[in-house]
Amino acid sequence: MIISIALRELRSMFLSPLAWTVLAVIQLILAWSFFTQIDFFFNIQSQLVTLPNAPGVTDLVVMPTFEVASIILLMVTPLLTMRLISEEKRNGSIALLLSSPISMTEIVLGKFTGIVLFMLIFIVMISLMPLSLLMGTELDLGKLAAGMFALMLLLSAFSAAGLYLSSLTSNPVVAAISSFGLLLLLWIINNNAGDASNTLGQLSLLGHFAPMLRGLIDTADIAYFILFIATFLLLTIRQLDSQRLQG
Amino acid sequence: MSSQALISVNNLVRYYGDYCAVDNISFELAAGDILGFLGPNGAGKSTTMQMLSGNLAPTEGEIHINGIDLLDKPGAAKTALGYLPEVPPLYKEMSVDEYLRYCAVLRRIKKAGIKDAVALAKQRCGLAGVGRRLIGNLSKGFQQRVGIAQAILHSPQVIILDEPTVGLDPIQIREIRDLITELGKSHGIILSTHILPEVASVCNRVQIINEGRLVYASDMKGLLEQQTTGKYEISLARPPSVDEIRASGLIDQVEQLDAGRFIVNISTTADELARVAVNNDWGLCKLVAHEHSLEQIFVNLTLGDGENL
Repeated sequence: MIISIALRELRSMFLSPLAWTVLAVIQLILAWSFFTQIDFFFNIQSQLVTLPNAPGVTDLVVMPTFEVASIILLMVTPLLTMRLISEEKRNGSIALLLSSPISMTEIVLGKFTGIVLFMLIFIVMISLMPLSLLMGTELDLGKLAAGMFALMLLLSAFSAAGLYLSSLTSNPVVAAISSFGLLLLLWIINNNAGDASNTLGQLSLLGHFAPMLRGLIDTADIAYFILFIATFLLLTIRQLDSQRLQG
Repeated sequence: MSSQALISVNNLVRYYGDYCAVDNISFELAAGDILGFLGPNGAGKSTTMQMLSGNLAPTEGEIHINGIDLLDKPGAAKTALGYLPEVPPLYKEMSVDEYLRYCAVLRRIKKAGIKDAVALAKQRCGLAGVGRRLIGNLSKGFQQRVGIAQAILHSPQVIILDEPTVGLDPIQIREIRDLITELGKSHGIILSTHILPEVASVCNRVQIINEGRLVYASDMKGLLEQQTTGKYEISLARPPSVDEIRASGLIDQVEQLDAGRFIVNISTTADELARVAVNNDWGLCKLVAHEHSLEQIFVNLTLGDGENL
């Protein structure tokens, strides 16, 4: 059931030009960024040779590309998630889901899975660029996998937050702007915190994403993302339930 | 609650903030019933239907669908339910076939049965030729039919249709009415509308709701009895004067509509009236029972207190 809802969601994204445009634009920007990183790498390659324990191509080319991807997705995810629930509310199609013998949890998980599948496609597509380097050089595949995993967790977290804000309103634009605001706030919240150990710093998405991108997979960071996702999914379920009560 | 009741509603109450949209409604629906749900705008028809379909939670009261409590076990209760809201719940970017297949999955139809269920629903709603077209490109009437197809897809015991004939042309309306009549043989149907002749032609029970309360509930026969007034309308080719008609002795009251048409209140049978008209050579060309129109009953119930019936 969850899979059916997810596949329909994914399908409807690809039936509109939205998904294609997003994938194309992001791919273009990332390709450019990837290209400049490689250029930069060639320029400093001679100096790197002299350094002991020098950073490799994975650190200097692949990870910066993933970092750029995370920032672009911070802006783009709200556009992808804004329609998820608010549009169904606006054009009344949510009645189909609500009058079918499926639970609110299945509806929310289905929609979430749909958007996560989209993110997965996206991650696979941008990972093809670094993987193409395998033809000429060696990559630290472990680090690459860590980066992909980190990106997956981060984008799922973005999606869960976007899904929740989409359930609050029947206006997709309001949902998009508020999700963007929330994500940006959570992204930069550790900037003014001084040392990262204080409470606000712990809330930061970036604070938990950056170490993983350096290849450091910490249980605490994984737990943070899982809790983040679970919280927003639960809030969405509760929100939809209470809308049935309040009308 | 009787064991056969497909829907049984007890003391249903629904508030929107302080505003009471539905006030203590109770009714039952048995298999084979087609219940017409009437009421002016804002009376609470759609709210009631949304509660019956699980789209809104009631403030108070109980709903049982097919004997299963909708609030306790929504999953089990909803399998017996097909619902067409006021605005058909369509995904415009999907084709009719894709959409109906998706609905079939949502309604938990077994994989092997999906193809047949979709084909049957399409055939019943006259959608056979448009299966591959995008819903967004169909006309309003066809979209409405897709909405109905979605509601009857899993042949639920209870079908709730909120204004199913809105936006359809007269031929389509007749087809949909025929479809509803046919479905009504094996299912229980609740139909909301404000088109009164539709109720008369399709339903066998009527409920009128006004300002959140049920103001009238009866079977169709009862409604038809309400319509009879004991008056007759006669048209005469060679009309006598009003006084002459009175002089015939049978007639208590006469009201002249125009040159040859009268409304008469008689003390005997219509048969007798006809005989008098023929014997007196009035040129009787029409004799019909004068009825309250459904509109009249509706207006009386919803505006007045029903005294003038």
